[in-house]
Formats: sequence, structure tokens, C-alpha cells
Amino acid sequence: METFIAIYIFMLAAFTGLEVISKVPAILHTPLMSGSNFIHGVVLVGAIIALGMAETNLEKTIGFFGVFLASGNAVGGYVVTERMLEMFKSKKENE
Amino acid sequence: MSSVETIIQSIYVVAAVLFIVGLKRMSSPTTARTGIIWAGIGMLMATIATFFYPGVENFVLIAVAILLGTVIAGYTAKKVGMTEMPEMIALYNGMGGGAAAAIAAVELFKDHHLSISVATLALIGGIIGSISFTGSLIAFGKLQGMIKGTFRFKGQHQINLVLLLGSVVLSALVVAGFDADATLVIMVFVIALILGIAMTMPIGGGDMAVIISLYNALTGLAVGFEGYVLQNYSMIIAGTVVGAAGTLLTQLMAKAMNKTLISVLFPFGETAQVSGGEAEGEMKPIEAGDAGIMMAFAQKVIIIPGYGMAVAQAQQKVWELSQLLIGKGVDVKFAIHPVAGRMPGHMNVLLAEAGVPYELIFDEDEINQEFKSCDVALVIGANDVVNPIARTDPSSEIYGMPILNADYASNVIVVKRGQGTGFSGIENVLFFLDNTRMLYGDGQAVATDLVNSIKEL
Repeated sequence: METFIAIYIFMLAAFTGLEVISKVPAILHTPLMSGSNFIHGVVLVGAIIALGMAETNLEKTIGFFGVFLASGNAVGGYVVTERMLEMFKSKKENE
Repeated sequence: MSSVETIIQSIYVVAAVLFIVGLKRMSSPTTARTGIIWAGIGMLMATIATFFYPGVENFVLIAVAILLGTVIAGYTAKKVGMTEMPEMIALYNGMGGGAAAAIAAVELFKDHHLSISVATLALIGGIIGSISFTGSLIAFGKLQGMIKGTFRFKGQHQINLVLLLGSVVLSALVVAGFDADATLVIMVFVIALILGIAMTMPIGGGDMAVIISLYNALTGLAVGFEGYVLQNYSMIIAGTVVGAAGTLLTQLMAKAMNKTLISVLFPFGETAQVSGGEAEGEMKPIEAGDAGIMMAFAQKVIIIPGYGMAVAQAQQKVWELSQLLIGKGVDVKFAIHPVAGRMPGHMNVLLAEAGVPYELIFDEDEINQEFKSCDVALVIGANDVVNPIARTDPSSEIYGMPILNADYASNVIVVKRGQGTGFSGIENVLFFLDNTRMLYGDGQAVATDLVNSIKEL
């Protein structure tokens, strides 16, 4: 049954993803790509669990690499997106 | 479920909601800025909660890894210029793909028996994550100029197909339990990592935006699959949402460039096809002084920026030039093609950074009618997006792509470094028209000359 719940979640999440960005203007394509890049940085959660439960040195090494990469994804993705979107703010304030 | 677990799971639910609402807000210009903050709060909550996850140890290792990743990525992300954003997105996206692959590897190496569905999804997510990892790094290298040119040879796609099938067959053997000492798992990952490189090498610089967007969607998918492996619903939801949204975004981008995803992924021929190349006439140069006078006494000037402006960091000077012209009563507008630059929206971001107000910037369909009534179209660092051949020559690679009708303007001034062709390698007919003048030089230097010449008037 777990498997079917997961399939339903996959399905509903996929529709959500399509719906959420269906009306995005072209000027937001790059910031949105960057923003979604940040959101899959949630892989950090998984990487922490994987490293946190690793036992052998091999597992720990790969897990360490995973956490390092995942935090790079999350932090880099956030900063870059924030910097890009910052410009939309200054524009509004100039008006 | 213990009470700690209940709290952690509740936090994951809130985080998932924040991700989706954040993404939704990022898809509208007025709310975009708060969107990333909402998503950021969600991420912070989920990350902190995970430290209390039952069974998680190795805290020192985790902390050191996070610190390293945060410092390196945070520093580079703050330091890079706006022109380099596309490749930074590629880099951070690749890191996410690599992390998903690492999770898969750890789970598969572990000495416990994974169920068939878990092992299958771990492997699929691992393969996709690995492809996204090396593929994104190659894309990063190409946009940075570290890797030059395209590497195409006959039978390339067949070899890639064999690699893909190889990794699938080996994965099937792993799932079926033929893998006593994890050799097969290692082979699956090695093949997938190679495939990511092999897939990306033949793709040209002009198509990188589409490919980065595709890898972004793939990383999302890989994260979703690894979420299933770890029974972590926040990963499943966030990953799948990004996978779906990213796929749609990839299609929108490809469509804006008049390409299909297939044609981007499987470029055929050993080099880019160049057709309809022979343009008649010759390019006629102009001096900055004359060009300045031409614009200063015009009624209406439309500026068309492209990647060349970004490379030359000329956006500030271009805006200074525009302000001078506006001061002289000239009607100045900016026309942005959907794929100008290396990524949709790239030019908007740069112009916004330079301080150009929103209401002076127009999309292709908003402004294309106005070129007929425009005295001067100033093309600065753009090429393929103003090539009239897209309207006229069915044999051309870019035939049918919507273009900015710069050629309809009374006068066209093209600022360009040299006489070469654009990204696509297609000769630009616009440069040879009677009403076109070429203003050679680096975008920033030329814009400075134009500013000075107008100031002297």
C-alpha cells in the first residue's frame, strides 16, 4: 500500500508543479529556473539522513560528499535566486 | 511514531507547503522576491529538523560537510557577476544531482536488502542524478569558456544509447540480486557519469539554457526518487514538483527558440548545419560620432540588447546613453527577444540591474509593430534574434523562429566586436542591408564613445 500512496503523491506533486508555473512570463524564466534549482536543494535533508546513518568508511565518504554537494545546491541556489530577484524589487521601488 | 518523529514529519509538511507556495510566488513579478524567502524558510526548517531524525549520527561529519558546501557555494554565488548567472545555476544544479546520486550509492552499498521497488528507484534516481551531475558540470565549463566547441562524431547518439542501455541492464541485474560485492552498482554509476559528459559535449553554447533547464528538471526527479528510497515525503514532493515544473519550463524555453527538445538533445551532423549563408551586399561601417548624431536627432530609438552586451558589461553605459537621449526628447525603448542572451529573461535581469525602468522594456510581441515607425534600431550584441532570414529562408536552421523586426526600422546600427557570425553560425542578412551600419568594437567602449559624442553636441 505504501507504494501506491507514493505513486499518488508523485502524481499529485507533478500536477502541482505544472499548474504552479503554467502562467509564468518569459522574464521570470531564468529566476524561476534558479528558484526551482534551490527547491530541489531539499536533497540536503536526504543527504544528512544518508550520512547520519552511514556505518562503513566508504558510506561515510560518499555521504560526506553528498552532504557537501547538497548544501552547495541549497545555499548557492538561494543566494543566486535572491540576487536575481533583488532586481525586481529595486525596480518597483524606483517607480 | 514517536513524538519526536511526529514533530519532524509535521515540519516536513510545513516545509513542503512553503516550497510550493514559494514557487508559485516566484512565477509572478510582483511576488517573486518573497517567494524565494518563503522557500528558504521551508528549507531551513526541514534541514534543522533532520538533525533530530531518529538514528542520525556522525554529526561532526555532517556539520563539516555543510559548512564546506555553504562557504564555497555562498562565496561563489555572492561574488559572480550577473552575466555568469546561467553557469552558476548549472553548477549548483549539478551539485544537487551529485548529492542525489550519493544518497543512492550509500543506500545501495549498505548491507541490507532493499525491496525491489526501493532498489529500482534508488538506481533510476542514481543514474539520473549522475547524468545531471556531470552534464551540468560540462554545461558550466562550456559557458565559462573552459570547454570550447562541440564534439560531434558519427554514431555518437548510438554510443550514448548503448551506454544508457548498459546502465539499465546492469541495474536490472543489481535489482535481481546478482550483485554480491557492489561491483555492478559501481559500474552503473560510472557509466551514468560518463553518459552525462557524452550527452552534453555535442550540444552548442546557444542551446545551453535549454539543457541546463532539462538537467534542473532531472535533478528534481532524482531527488523525488531518492525521497521514496528514504521514505521522505518532503523530498518526494519538492523533487517531483521541480521535475514537472522544470520539464514544462524546458519546453517553454525550447519553444521560444523555435527548437524541440529532441533537436537540442540530438544535434545531428558533425558540425552545425549552416545554410542560407550567402548574404548579398557588403557590411558598411559607421563611426561612433555619426551614430551618436543619428540617434540624438531621431524621434524614436529602439535598443536591442543581446549576449554581446552582457559579455562587454555594457548595460550601465547603454542606460546612460538612453538617459542622454531621453533628455534630448528621444523616445527610447528596449526590445527584448525571449531568448536574447543565454537564457530567457537574462537581458531583463541585466537591464534591471543597470537601473532601466520596467516600463521601457518590451517583449518581442509588444514592440514588433513599432519598428516601422522607428528611426534608429540600435542592435548591441544581438545577432540571431534579429536575422530576417528566419522569415524568408525555409532552408535556414532558424527559419520560423520569431525575430525582432529590426530591419523594418529606417536605420539600423549594429554594435559588434568583429565580422563573425552569431552562436548559430548563420550569416546575418540584416548586417548587409542598405539601411544598416556596422559600429565595430567592444560594447562598453562603443557605448562610452556614443555617450561622449552625444554629450559634445
